[in-house]
Amino acid sequence: MPFEGIGASVRRKEDARFLNGRGNYTDDINRPGQLHAYIRRADRPHATIKGIDTSAAAKAPGVVAVFTGADLAADNVGGLPCGWQIHNKDGSPMAEPPHPVLAIGKVRHVGDPVAVVIAETKQAAKDAAEQIVIDYQDLPAAASLRDAIAAGAPTVHDEVPGNICYDWHIGDKAVVDAAFAKAAKVVKLDLTNNRLIPNAMEPRAAVGDYDVNSGDFTLFTTSQNPHVIRLLMGAFVLHIPENRLRVVAPDVGGGFGSKIYHYAEEAIVTWAAGKVRRPVKWTAERTESFMSDAHGRDHVSTAEMALDADGNFLALRISTLANMGAYLSTFAPCIPTYLYATLLAGVYKTPVIYCEVKAVFTNTVPVDAYRGAGRPEATFLIERLVDACAHDTGMDRVAIRRKNFIAADAFPYQTPVALQYDSGNYQATLDACLKAADHAGFEARRSAAVGRGKLRGIGISTYIEACGIAPSAVVGSLGARAGLYECAEIRVHPTGSVTVFTGSHSHGQGHETTFAQLVSAQLGVPMDQVDVVHGDTAKIPFGMGTYGSRSLAVGGSAMVKAMDKVIAKGKKIAAHLMEASVDDIEFKDGKFTVAGTDKSKALAEISLAAYVPHNYPIEELEPGLDETAFYDPKNFTFPAGCHIAEIEIDRDTGVVEVMNFVAVDDVGRVINPMIVEGQVQGGVAQGIGQALLENAVYDKDGQLLSGSMMDYTMPRADNLPNIKVATETTLCTHNPLGVKGCGEVGAIGSPPAIIGAIVDALKDYGVRHIDMPASPQKIWSIIQAGQPRMAAE
Amino acid sequence: MYDFAYQKPSSLADAVKALRADADAKALAGGMTLIPVLKQRLNKPSVVVDLAKLGLVGITVSGNTVSIAGMTTHGAVAHNADVKAKIPGLAELASVIGDDAVRHRGTIGGSLANNDPAADYPAAVLALGATIKTDRRSIKADDFFQGMFTTALEQGEIITAVEFPVPEKSGYEKFRNPASRYAIVGVYVAKTAGGVRVAVTGAGQNGVFRQTAMEQALSANFSPDAIAKIVTPADGMNGDIHASAEYRAHLVGVIAKRAVARAH
Repeated sequence: MPFEGIGASVRRKEDARFLNGRGNYTDDINRPGQLHAYIRRADRPHATIKGIDTSAAAKAPGVVAVFTGADLAADNVGGLPCGWQIHNKDGSPMAEPPHPVLAIGKVRHVGDPVAVVIAETKQAAKDAAEQIVIDYQDLPAAASLRDAIAAGAPTVHDEVPGNICYDWHIGDKAVVDAAFAKAAKVVKLDLTNNRLIPNAMEPRAAVGDYDVNSGDFTLFTTSQNPHVIRLLMGAFVLHIPENRLRVVAPDVGGGFGSKIYHYAEEAIVTWAAGKVRRPVKWTAERTESFMSDAHGRDHVSTAEMALDADGNFLALRISTLANMGAYLSTFAPCIPTYLYATLLAGVYKTPVIYCEVKAVFTNTVPVDAYRGAGRPEATFLIERLVDACAHDTGMDRVAIRRKNFIAADAFPYQTPVALQYDSGNYQATLDACLKAADHAGFEARRSAAVGRGKLRGIGISTYIEACGIAPSAVVGSLGARAGLYECAEIRVHPTGSVTVFTGSHSHGQGHETTFAQLVSAQLGVPMDQVDVVHGDTAKIPFGMGTYGSRSLAVGGSAMVKAMDKVIAKGKKIAAHLMEASVDDIEFKDGKFTVAGTDKSKALAEISLAAYVPHNYPIEELEPGLDETAFYDPKNFTFPAGCHIAEIEIDRDTGVVEVMNFVAVDDVGRVINPMIVEGQVQGGVAQGIGQALLENAVYDKDGQLLSGSMMDYTMPRADNLPNIKVATETTLCTHNPLGVKGCGEVGAIGSPPAIIGAIVDALKDYGVRHIDMPASPQKIWSIIQAGQPRMAAE
Repeated sequence: MYDFAYQKPSSLADAVKALRADADAKALAGGMTLIPVLKQRLNKPSVVVDLAKLGLVGITVSGNTVSIAGMTTHGAVAHNADVKAKIPGLAELASVIGDDAVRHRGTIGGSLANNDPAADYPAAVLALGATIKTDRRSIKADDFFQGMFTTALEQGEIITAVEFPVPEKSGYEKFRNPASRYAIVGVYVAKTAGGVRVAVTGAGQNGVFRQTAMEQALSANFSPDAIAKIVTPADGMNGDIHASAEYRAHLVGVIAKRAVARAH
């Protein structure tokens, strides 16, 4: 048998079914007697609803029911809840306007759901939905951050004049201002973090089922966290107790954050199934995904760094506008605050930092976490600002970073923005990346490019991020309305095979492999005898799900805790069977051994004894070998690393080609290097997408111009280089495996490396910063504007 | 999509009859535009008349003319030995339309009848001075394209073949829309005994057009340098979130030079 232990690149167990088309996705699920829902959505960004006439639709062929917001209200259906409350600078709570499941009184963004048709076929539902007559009175729209905060801007929610959801800050402004007053140099940068549309390969879908006999509801949904959906939807929206509501998230084809949230469609199909007493299915069309999946990013910031005469960072001052969209999505308020501003120290020992964030309502799709969630925004800001510091002081970009790095022996390191980094070695990842990228040989490659008529540049990003958001008590004090632990149940079966029940959820991460590998290694059971079960509230004790690269650091730690309990109980059983003291029993490689003897019992012998307790210490010990643990982390984990990009620009067209990309990441202990490499490559692909291609564009009236794949540019294979991935490891000090998380590092670290490389290539054209995406047209315009300067020199 | 009737006639006469009988009838050639449009409910034909059984497939060479039947796929044109030998630029153009799946369904007749302003074939047809043969007549390329999604075709008129005169040399280059991969600017350059023709697709508000200033310069000196200083005006160019009119006008110059350099 090949090595399957920790550190082995075991092939993914789940891929056989995915690659053979045998995955079981929500849209593959069909219930007997199932009906289909089609949702009529707003085709305009902002309007008062004067009336909705559903009479023609209700009479259309195949239609079973038509519902509007009024029907939901009449049934006491609540609004979609927000899972995090932020407080303003003055201590007052954020504005939290209602988020109706179906619009009531007003529509606030293109795609806002207004009515739903339930019919025998999707076609019939869609035909009928076109016959719903909505009498709108159009209102002017606040389509962008700047428009929404301008004097006299249209008001998205009547109860939130000025459109400010919250005005929050972190750090001591007076101390930071004083440091700026004494600085030898101040470097300022205005930047935008472009709005992104997630575009998971599998569109969202939901099937609601109602058991007429028991009164139980089941929701099958494309979710990253089925228990969270059960809690939010059951408690706040539909008022169904947990024992009457089962939520199943089967195979899910990509989430990237967009499938964390509780969406209106989940409540609609579940509620409607109860009303019509038949199962109801809804599956998004791609066009609906564009206008109803929560978008990502969308910040506008001003950043200033105070430096002394030697290039040491003295203080950092930041002001950010963050777009919330038209309603608060489930975790939207925490993204530009506790997942953003707390990361602004980066990997640098900047002693004092102040950041203020205004969150703004606009007539656009809600914005929430998207792969990286706040940390890409923080990283882009810091790393671009550090490059600007190098530019303005004439220092080398690598040298200024080294000078300001937190030293490898400074951990644990308390940042001025609340977080305490437990471990890291930023010099090591930088050195390894410089070497792997042949940084020293770059100027020769730049010269060679000139010979081919190309402008070549190199960019560097030394980032940090925070994964496994925790501990529950701390996040609770910061406004979280949920805990952030994870659970695991390890069930050793009588003959020694193992089923792992995890509250984490896999939607592409390869958990069925990594977790089986972990359990196999710890318990000494072959991988093919370890199965992983996830995604079903009827099977799992309670799970907080997968986001923020938390599954191994939090979910894996819960497994270790549960396995510790299994082993502890196994030792007691072994001691009984071998007539030894429990203190003398050692467990290794699947065997319980009496220390210093050749007496041993395999795990399967112990489990058999546990389930057939004929010779068993039944007075002291319950039968069975099945243990559950909940793990609430002591701290975040802090992956960090260095990404280096090399690009070439076609001077005539402005097209940027990524020539080389190297990522050296410290993600803590690596269980499966192949999966880590794939996760990093996927993240980098998304980062390159953000840097060069992707952009959600609204026109000034609030229409989504990039509303399909024809205009929203997803990265494709020919946009990407071969992405080289390596790891440098320092262990997390506070979880049992020493793991940190790898799911988002690629998307977090890469955008500033790409933009830094482009700015470097264009250094003779008078450019200091470029906002994303660096489209060909944008680069061409810069080259055009720089031509006279070039000619003059 | 909305419900529609479907017919698959086996003679040209029956197909024409079916299309003429109903003003809301739509011809289905490759379906690479029509099917997505139907799926998005942007069109509601009463009947879709599938042209697949009319026998309009094949490529023939006769003297100095390459004739491509209307239902010949882009993939067939791209891989055809005669097209590669006689008009390699045309084979190259066909090889960069859409992706593999599109090239094995999409047809030359379908593309021309649709006349998408960002389609590739119109540039070749106009630059090479091809003749569009239909069930009832021949139409010169110069008369065929009449603006965005508009052609000289009458209701129910079916393209049976496109006849391309063999040039001395020709070439096609395009700058793709990063998202859709359609042409933001595509330029086909053809050098014949009668002079040079330059046709631009993707850029113009009225669809494919000839760049006559470049034609004159290239007729005198067929080299990229000959057109290096020719400025294409931004007036009349399309603009969108990917490329402004000014950028498109600039790209016409860049891409035309590359098309000349590529011509063979």
